[in-house]
Amino acid sequence: MVTKRTIVASAAAALFWVSPSGWADDIQDIRNEIKSIKDGYESRIQALEECLKDTEAKAQKAEASAAKAENKAQEIAAAPAPRAPTGQNAFNPGIGLILSGFYKNLSKDPDVFPYRIGGFVPSGDGVGPGGRGFSLSESELNVYANIDPYFYGHLTVAITAENQVEVEEAFFKALALPAGFSIKGGRFFSGIGYLNEVHAHAWDFSDQPLAYQAFLGGQYGQNGVQAKWLAPTPLFLEFGAEIGNGQNFPGQARSKNGGNGGAGFFHVGGDLGVSTSWRVGLSHLYHRVKDRDAFEDESGAFGGVSNQFSGKSNLSIADFVLKWAPNGNSHQTNFKIQGEYFHRKEKGDLVFDVNGDPNVNPFAATTSAFSSAQSGWYLQGVYQFLPQWRVGLRYDELDSGSPSIGLIGQTDVGTGITITEDDFGTLKKYKPKRSTLMFDWNPSEFTRIRLQYAKDKARRDITDNQFFLQYIYSLGAHGAHKF
Amino acid sequence: MLKLFSDLLAAGPITPSPSRGGKGGEGSSSRATHPHGPRPVAGLGLPRPNLPLEGEGTNLKFLRSVKAALLLTAIVVFSSSSFAALNILATTPEWGALTTEIGGDKVNVYIATTALQDVHRVEARPSLLARTRNADLLVATGADLEVGWLPVLQRESGNSKIQIGSLGFFEAAQEVRLLDVPASVDRSMGDIHPFGNPHILLDPRNIARVGNALTKRLSGIDNANKEVYEARNKAFQERMSQAILQWEAKAGPLKGTPVVVYHKDQQYLLNWLGLREVGSLEPKPGVPPSTGHLTDLLQRLQKEPAKVILINAYNDPKPATWLAERTKIPVVTLPYTVGGTKEAKDLFGLFDDTIARLLAGIKQ
Repeated sequence: MVTKRTIVASAAAALFWVSPSGWADDIQDIRNEIKSIKDGYESRIQALEECLKDTEAKAQKAEASAAKAENKAQEIAAAPAPRAPTGQNAFNPGIGLILSGFYKNLSKDPDVFPYRIGGFVPSGDGVGPGGRGFSLSESELNVYANIDPYFYGHLTVAITAENQVEVEEAFFKALALPAGFSIKGGRFFSGIGYLNEVHAHAWDFSDQPLAYQAFLGGQYGQNGVQAKWLAPTPLFLEFGAEIGNGQNFPGQARSKNGGNGGAGFFHVGGDLGVSTSWRVGLSHLYHRVKDRDAFEDESGAFGGVSNQFSGKSNLSIADFVLKWAPNGNSHQTNFKIQGEYFHRKEKGDLVFDVNGDPNVNPFAATTSAFSSAQSGWYLQGVYQFLPQWRVGLRYDELDSGSPSIGLIGQTDVGTGITITEDDFGTLKKYKPKRSTLMFDWNPSEFTRIRLQYAKDKARRDITDNQFFLQYIYSLGAHGAHKF
Repeated sequence: MLKLFSDLLAAGPITPSPSRGGKGGEGSSSRATHPHGPRPVAGLGLPRPNLPLEGEGTNLKFLRSVKAALLLTAIVVFSSSSFAALNILATTPEWGALTTEIGGDKVNVYIATTALQDVHRVEARPSLLARTRNADLLVATGADLEVGWLPVLQRESGNSKIQIGSLGFFEAAQEVRLLDVPASVDRSMGDIHPFGNPHILLDPRNIARVGNALTKRLSGIDNANKEVYEARNKAFQERMSQAILQWEAKAGPLKGTPVVVYHKDQQYLLNWLGLREVGSLEPKPGVPPSTGHLTDLLQRLQKEPAKVILINAYNDPKPATWLAERTKIPVVTLPYTVGGTKEAKDLFGLFDDTIARLLAGIKQ
């Protein structure tokens, strides 16, 4: 720039130098003109210089902000996670709600053909497909959290369609015991079998296998204590024992100190390669019942009677489950097969026609020896063939056997009536069967819409075609499921 | 009876398979030679299951089987106790690899999942329960990534060491700033994580930070080997800083590249290397790609094209292939974590391979 200015100046000087003096006015004019040119030039140069400075500053600024951004990025990568929310609500337990309901189409009206599993002592209300048409299932509320470093607490409340509230589970679990032990106490579903602990919303079919319905009234729970021990081995080995008040079928509440129902179970499991996992279990449930709730029966000679059992009830269960998914990635497709075998022996006394009138029934309130050996099993497979779609097939079969009842064959001298097995209509030998096909759609982990068809031959000599359309929704926190 | 049980044991996967067990398989050799001798039999202290009730007959058959089971346990305990190294259960391959980098032969690492599994959906398998039972340290991602299965493992394992709040439970996500922390959460948004995006591993600067915290934790649990952990971590951090500079230099051409992702699990990678997400195959996080959504995406991509479609080794390739055929945008399958591709053998291989695949992808 300096050079340019010098050139302009020396050019002006040269002009001035060579001009004759007579041209003074012209020269003055020229001088003025040159000056104005020079001024214009200089101001333009100045403007340019300023412009350059400006641009330089802007570039610097941009560089600075780029550096800042980079620092920021580093910072973001480096800074610790934001803190969890504080205050009263921060410690709220996990709360989850399950909504479920049905539309049912049953070919046999349950009001006309009451649901009773043929050959088996009725096990309570938890059996059968329920009523026809639209219905609401239990709405299940789950509340759970760690209580402190030592205990975990869990509550499952079921609000029934009949507007009743039932405490399904309410237990604590000790987390801080040494050497692989854990203790659970309160009311809980027993660890026997495979399906017993599984909540209704997580079942693969709309209803429980017949064996669970016949032997456990659906699902067995009691108020009590459970101790479990996990062996320190790479192979999964788990042992559990429970003792409780045994208030539910096949037990019976009893006013007594100490335990009234006991259970033990053993599980072993592992992986077969990366795609397959398995678990096998053996369980046993023991009760000594006194005056179990009398059940209604049909006597050939005396019509409707109520009979009552007292004695020992021993139930053994063998179960297995095997889950497969390609590369262990269950997201796309997976397959699950499970089966359980039940065997129950009951031995004790049966009181015939507990409330009968001796004038009508000479055998009323007569006690005689009773023993039965009954069994049942189911096998089911569920295949997820697409991420949101599953299909399942289940087969159920029970064998009631023939009970040995001391009264059968006895004759009343006065009336000449002889008691036969027809006087114990419910307990006459029968093999209930059922085949079930299910199809469900799971648009997310929190929704399940299921269509199920069952050909149910559980009632004596009755075939019921059952269609279920069911929804299950899970709201809020959803606890992790067991294997 | 014993023969039957020993057969059963032989059939069980006592030594983990190489793909699932990772480094853990090497631990079995130390078992045979550990210096402390066999562990005392804890099993003998077990309460008798099915306690016989007052004044009532015992169930002999049942008790006999319980006895047999106890005997079996005693045998198994004798044959498998391990004291030589810390037992670590890592939920995912990256934390398994990181623990091995820092712990070396002082740790016996078992990895719960493989790179081909969707870590959101893992079963609380019996084998994992058994591993959790014996873990001195549980290394997890946290931020609810493993919420569908880890709480069951912790609760059912009978192991007080690895419970929430214990020294033996380490959550990597606690150590880094999470991206995508939602202002509000509602399940209508899909499977979103209220604490923020938990897929933190794909920014190596996060791995380095987690490495520092993990070193402290390992030293806290196993103070005797503190120096080993610190020295190994120092060497690891140096290698990592060097590698990060090289990766960043190599990845220069990737800056600003528009990409389509499958799930929100590439966010940290995109953020680190400055890639730009212009769409995702999932309509919402955790919701599988639908034809309707893919058609919309196809139309959007015709207006604003992407350079590559990114999927992970564990994703179903079909939706991406469908889109690639129609848009002529190449699909790049990334390892996502250690073991996701042949090349991603360790944490360094993971990023080497990720960047190499991205660079190859944008050249197509």
